[in-house]
Amino acid sequence: MSHAAPAAPSSSTPVGRPFAGLRIWFTMLAICLEERLVYRGDFIIGTLMRFLPIVTQVFLWTAVFNATSRADIAGYSRNDIVAYYLLTMVTRAFSSMPGLSGGIARSVRDGSVKKYLVQPVDYVGYLLAARIAHKLIYYIVAFLPFAGVFYVCRSYFPPVPEVGTIALYVVSLVLSFLLGFLLEATLGMLGFWFLEVSSIIFAYMLVQYLLSGHMFPIDMLADIPTGISGISAADVVRWLPFEYTAYFPAAVWLGKVQGAALFRDLAIEAAWVVVMAVACRIAWWRGTRRYSAFGG
Amino acid sequence: MHNSNRGEPVDPGGSPVISVDSLAKEYRVYDKPEGLLASVTGLFHRTSRVVEALRGVSLSVGKGEFVALLGPNGAGKTTFLKLLSGIITPSRGTARVLGHVPWERADDFRRRFALVMGQRNQLWWDLPAAESFRLHKEIYRIDSARFERTRDELVDLLGVRQLMLQPVRELSLGERMKLELVAALLHEPEVLFLDEPTIGLDVVAQHLIHTFLKAVQVERRVTVVLTTHYMKDVAALCERVVVITHGSILHDGPLEEIVDRFTTHKIVTLDLDATPAPGQMERFGFPCEIRGPRVTLRIDRTRIADVLPEILRSEDVRDVSVEDVPLEEIVAELFRAAPNPSGPNPSGPKPSVVEATA
Repeated sequence: MSHAAPAAPSSSTPVGRPFAGLRIWFTMLAICLEERLVYRGDFIIGTLMRFLPIVTQVFLWTAVFNATSRADIAGYSRNDIVAYYLLTMVTRAFSSMPGLSGGIARSVRDGSVKKYLVQPVDYVGYLLAARIAHKLIYYIVAFLPFAGVFYVCRSYFPPVPEVGTIALYVVSLVLSFLLGFLLEATLGMLGFWFLEVSSIIFAYMLVQYLLSGHMFPIDMLADIPTGISGISAADVVRWLPFEYTAYFPAAVWLGKVQGAALFRDLAIEAAWVVVMAVACRIAWWRGTRRYSAFGG
Repeated sequence: MHNSNRGEPVDPGGSPVISVDSLAKEYRVYDKPEGLLASVTGLFHRTSRVVEALRGVSLSVGKGEFVALLGPNGAGKTTFLKLLSGIITPSRGTARVLGHVPWERADDFRRRFALVMGQRNQLWWDLPAAESFRLHKEIYRIDSARFERTRDELVDLLGVRQLMLQPVRELSLGERMKLELVAALLHEPEVLFLDEPTIGLDVVAQHLIHTFLKAVQVERRVTVVLTTHYMKDVAALCERVVVITHGSILHDGPLEEIVDRFTTHKIVTLDLDATPAPGQMERFGFPCEIRGPRVTLRIDRTRIADVLPEILRSEDVRDVSVEDVPLEEIVAELFRAAPNPSGPNPSGPKPSVVEATA
């Protein structure tokens, strides 16, 4: 801000710190939006393709229920399961970050990350703006297909929860966006240490797929013992960040977590957001230090 | 706004904008031998070496100077620019640019300089450059009136006003480079680092960029440090040339000084009446080229005053010209002759090996 050269008086007049920060951010958002729109065709196809896995999940569970005489499996009826998968799809629309960690690692490898060392701009802030832009476009494109699927499947859903629950659901979704972003951004910054991070990303995706609730509802693990009495596998997974990127918001909507447990889990989710925000900063800080010392 | 950490950088008395003392940078590189077997053993046992990219460079640049860094590939020029712009930290030594230690990357410092690195673009590939400019306006907190004035001035100087509305990916290399320069100068940096700004450009574009840089440097009193391989850049722009080879400064001074210091010969071109007999011209100097009656000779500078009258007396000369050895050749000779502090490999293009460890 303070400007030094007497020869060029008062150039780059400061706009006032807090607002300047916001303005950079909104300009980034606007520019990222424009950039996204350049590839709208690719984007639309990518968006629609995302609906395919859900169809296979619905068929799979229909087959499972047909093969058994039970009315419910671990507390999920046939209808609940379909509603659950559709809702995790909504969470994933917030928490999944296609290309984020790979993109960060690539920018380290090909050197384009230098730009963020030279310019007075925060790389993580930029990535966040870019990702929000990415998501906004995605929601615009995906809104109609989502609405269509939900309308067709409306009979599978329990009655709409009350306003308070919906509000908490929205909070859990926003947190799941931040958590997903921070997890993958931190993962991408491993690129400062390893030339190639795609196998690390793959391993992460695998764990994430199993433990996020993307594959099956996490409360199905409630009956799986861990060997320690009174602690089930679900209790362990609750303290990990993964289930907050798919299972948890869906469970809130469906009323699977309620009351004190709901607030406890929201607090865990928020705590993970804070932890990962700090981890992401540290990774950036140490990573750039390493980059400066060894690479460049 | 506030005066906390300013004041010391530049004073009218001319304390340097850039001051560098014994700056050194070493890299550890891992050898990757060829072959699958070697790759497998490499998993357990890697050999590494330390490469000295820069060995104790000291330098001071005053406000408004235009300095060229000259040197063969791998001499350490780009490493030096990266250090000055804070991308990398040195192994030893100190540097101050505008009063700041560059690799601390203070925002106040980063708002006051710019770096343009060859093809690495600051411009968004899929969008018109005008959008990238808008982003720079916010990043560097330039107020609107000033931004528009600076931008218009710069795009008009380079003749790229319409081009800034076209997606960058549709532009030619030269056009992109011009827009890169505009982007780098929007925030009116006091110091500008250019890494091979004219590489791959045609003569017209090169010339335009020379004129532009000269204008910017003179009008805005910008301190410019550029690396280049083109002597045209140097001759057109820089009063001061720093020759770097093998990570050390070999020469630092005006361009003419290099010519004085490192040329031993003059080039004499003669138009004779008839094609000379073989061996006829050798007594005057080394014949570089004999094409019919036109003869080009290399003659020792100290002998030129004696030899020239002799030629005119003994030969039928229609026309004669005496020139300096072309700058390119002087510099090529300079690079070749540069002592390599640690090398069995004196003309190797890469920085030399210092130490080998397992």
